[in-house]
Amino acid sequence: MGGSLFHDSRARFGLSVLVLAVLFALLAPLVAADPSVQRDIVATRFLPPLSTDLHGSFHLLGTDRFGRDVWARLVYGARVSLGVGILAVLLSVAIGLAVGAAAGFWQGRIGLVLLGLTDFALALPRVVLLLLLASLWQPSAALVIVVLGLTGWMTIARLVHSEVRTLAARPFVESAVALGVNGPRVLMRHILPNALTPVIVAAALGVGNAIMLEAGLSFLGLGVQPPTPSWGNLIASGRDTLVNAPWVATAPGVTLVLVVVAATLLGDAVRDQLDPASRRVSG
Amino acid sequence: MGRYLTDIHSTMLRTVVLRSLAGLAVIFGVVTLMFFLIRLAPGDPALLLVGPTATEEQLAAQREALGLDRPLPEQYAAWLGRFVRGDWGSSIATGRPVRAMISAAWPATVSLVGLSLLLSYLIGILVGAIQAMRGGRLDTALSVVTVTLFAVPGYWLGLMLVMVFTYWARALPAFGAAGLDADFLTGWDQVADRLRHLALPLTTLTLIGVGGTARYVRGAMLDVRNAPHVAIARAKGLSPLQVSMRHVLRNALIPVLTLLGLSLPALFSGAVFIEAIFAWPGVGRIMVEAVGARDYPVIMAATAVSAMLVVVGNLLADALTAWADPRLRVAEHSGGAV
Repeated sequence: MGGSLFHDSRARFGLSVLVLAVLFALLAPLVAADPSVQRDIVATRFLPPLSTDLHGSFHLLGTDRFGRDVWARLVYGARVSLGVGILAVLLSVAIGLAVGAAAGFWQGRIGLVLLGLTDFALALPRVVLLLLLASLWQPSAALVIVVLGLTGWMTIARLVHSEVRTLAARPFVESAVALGVNGPRVLMRHILPNALTPVIVAAALGVGNAIMLEAGLSFLGLGVQPPTPSWGNLIASGRDTLVNAPWVATAPGVTLVLVVVAATLLGDAVRDQLDPASRRVSG
Repeated sequence: MGRYLTDIHSTMLRTVVLRSLAGLAVIFGVVTLMFFLIRLAPGDPALLLVGPTATEEQLAAQREALGLDRPLPEQYAAWLGRFVRGDWGSSIATGRPVRAMISAAWPATVSLVGLSLLLSYLIGILVGAIQAMRGGRLDTALSVVTVTLFAVPGYWLGLMLVMVFTYWARALPAFGAAGLDADFLTGWDQVADRLRHLALPLTTLTLIGVGGTARYVRGAMLDVRNAPHVAIARAKGLSPLQVSMRHVLRNALIPVLTLLGLSLPALFSGAVFIEAIFAWPGVGRIMVEAVGARDYPVIMAATAVSAMLVVVGNLLADALTAWADPRLRVAEHSGGAV
């Protein structure tokens, strides 16, 4: 099955882009100069892409109004944006797994309360909540992770809930119960491992979404605070210089779109692999 | 049969009442959550109002005047009582009555969101249907476009459109809902001015919606294509176009209408960013400004109004689904035939 995933061009594209992005983020100090080192602002500001400044250093994507190298800020920003996106989704997955599994396994009153909670949380206007939470407390990367995690678990809870309900009625689970295995252990050992595949797909799609939302918050000044670069505040910093330095806002935006497209395509491909019905129609 | 119809109508009525009650519960829950969240968060509107140089006494007097010195549950009960009666108070920051601010703002948000919803669904359904019916290279090419649109953040797309159409082409305005000279324009000139201001925010919001809808319609149509009733329609000798339009697309649209309701909160969320970029005078921009100023009455009202708009939109989407799916409206047509 892993082999056939590599025959899917969407999966190949998605994986390559994501691996490249993560590699660049991890190896940032090797592929770019440290953007926090401030040098000669007047001589290096607003240089267009592919130019060399008076000091002889090359700027692949040009420089911004403070003479900072856009490529370096982009690569160091990838650390923040990818990190925030991935950690936020991990938090969502943890909450969603707990709520969904409990609601699906203990279907009585607990299940009803948890499902009601999930539906209520789904009906909340997410960005309104994000705006409030992010603006009322001191904005930081950690706050963005918590806020995105706390507002993104509902779809995962619903997926896990329906999986667990179906699995709980399967013979192998019933036999485990009949053998005297206690409830939580049945859930952890026999049900959850079998319910994980749709969660992985949802998580892949969720990472793209979380990166976009982080960028949105940072764009409004409510997320990661400058001078720490994130793709969102890079776009925001390019907003004022759209006329004389359009590359400052364009480069992080294109990168963001590429990464989100990659996560989406990878998620699509994995879903089609796991679901024979949709493989039949899309093949 | 009369008895049967009465039963159906009472069931439908009960569903409508239950759904409305659930909607009210959601609105109530949202405003309650917000009330306590914003008061538990650090930040003091009285301090912002009197300024950092004020004395302790001035600050205390201001807090008393705003009712912020009383215990939280008491503040909540008082606020809820006034809010339900329609007394939404005045903005702490500007002193303007909150209801006047909101009633001036919500038509702008509803027209922007409503129009973009309509356009993005029309275009999205068309694109998705073409992809599912044609397949092949056209499908692949359009898939690249839709997945890209799906991944583009609205505020960035907005900036790019502003860069191209406002700064380079100098063709369209980027800020506000009307020009500075709007009051001096008459008739068609005023309409044209409005449309020119609407163009960029509407295009942005529509484009980001098209990607998701088209992807969903394509998937739903491909799912329905293999259903038994479609095979029968083909066997009857209907042309491929007839099969696609009458039997595949129509059935594929039912989940799409449900999606419409589910996508409303996201659309309003997207509108917040778009309103901030284009200085569109809607509820979203009021919200962003109020949040910065810790303007409690305005935040609460804006939150309640966006929750209401989402709930009402969801009810409308449910009604549309019932209209599109004959199985959900047995009362009118198949009552005698069943």
